[in-house]
Amino acid sequence: MRNKIYCSLLMITSLLFSVNTFAQDNVTSESVMRSNGKIYVVVAICVTILIGLFLYIASIDKKIGKIEKENL
Amino acid sequence: MRKSWWKILAAVLLLYTFIAGFLIKVPDIGNLKETIRNLFFHVPMWFGQLILFTISLIYSIAYLRNPNLKHDIYAIAFAKTGIVMGILGLVTGSIWATYTWGEPWSNDPKQIGVAIAMLIYFAYLVLRNSVTDIDKRAKISAVYNIFAYFIYIPLIMILPRLVESLHPGGKGVEGNPGLNGADLDATMRLVFWPAVIGWTLLGTWISTLHIRINLLRDKKLINAE
Repeated sequence: MRNKIYCSLLMITSLLFSVNTFAQDNVTSESVMRSNGKIYVVVAICVTILIGLFLYIASIDKKIGKIEKENL
Repeated sequence: MRKSWWKILAAVLLLYTFIAGFLIKVPDIGNLKETIRNLFFHVPMWFGQLILFTISLIYSIAYLRNPNLKHDIYAIAFAKTGIVMGILGLVTGSIWATYTWGEPWSNDPKQIGVAIAMLIYFAYLVLRNSVTDIDKRAKISAVYNIFAYFIYIPLIMILPRLVESLHPGGKGVEGNPGLNGADLDATMRLVFWPAVIGWTLLGTWISTLHIRINLLRDKKLINAE
């Protein structure tokens, strides 16, 4: 069970990484992040918050799983 | 992975909602402008709440049929998450209303209906905490939860449709309060329904955390039965 959660965490973190590199690549160049009234910046921020929340919930989930195992 | 696939699905669906929800082309309706995108965030709160309250109702009925404390723990957890979603729905609705209806609270039948429904569910929490005997608390709150649900449904789904309202789906306007008939075009549906499923799954996930903590806390009581 714990391995599975680690797997999913890794997957979500890798998603986070791709968002970050995406943002850095476009700081200097006039491209996606600055187009359409910079709406992509809002998307990046909201997605980051969402990923953060999911990581937090997943970590609580993991902690409860640990306690459940101890109490078996 | 077998047990947690739906948690990953919740994350994927909500990521999709947050990306597509901001970027897809939306129809231009009335004074909504870009705020029509709130449909992907505000409306799923209410859909999610309806589904979570329904699950809660099922566990309350299950408790009355078979008085196992587990059912009570499930019922309260889903109701609590539903209440949280309702508060978020009311607040986001008020923000949206400020910029489309002109004020956060216009005493619209839908706002009043849902506010009363929320108060009824707040009373559910108060009632539970006022009974110290665990079995009595479970039984009384199960009965009250069933009663609350069947007031909640007319308040949010029947009464608002019988009167005129600023909110979509009132008298004279076709369709569901959240889905105003033809206004919701095909691309919006492609984001809206995944959003509903995503938020519902996330609500369920949070509820299960609550359930697992309470099952651990009340382990001795449950095993004693």
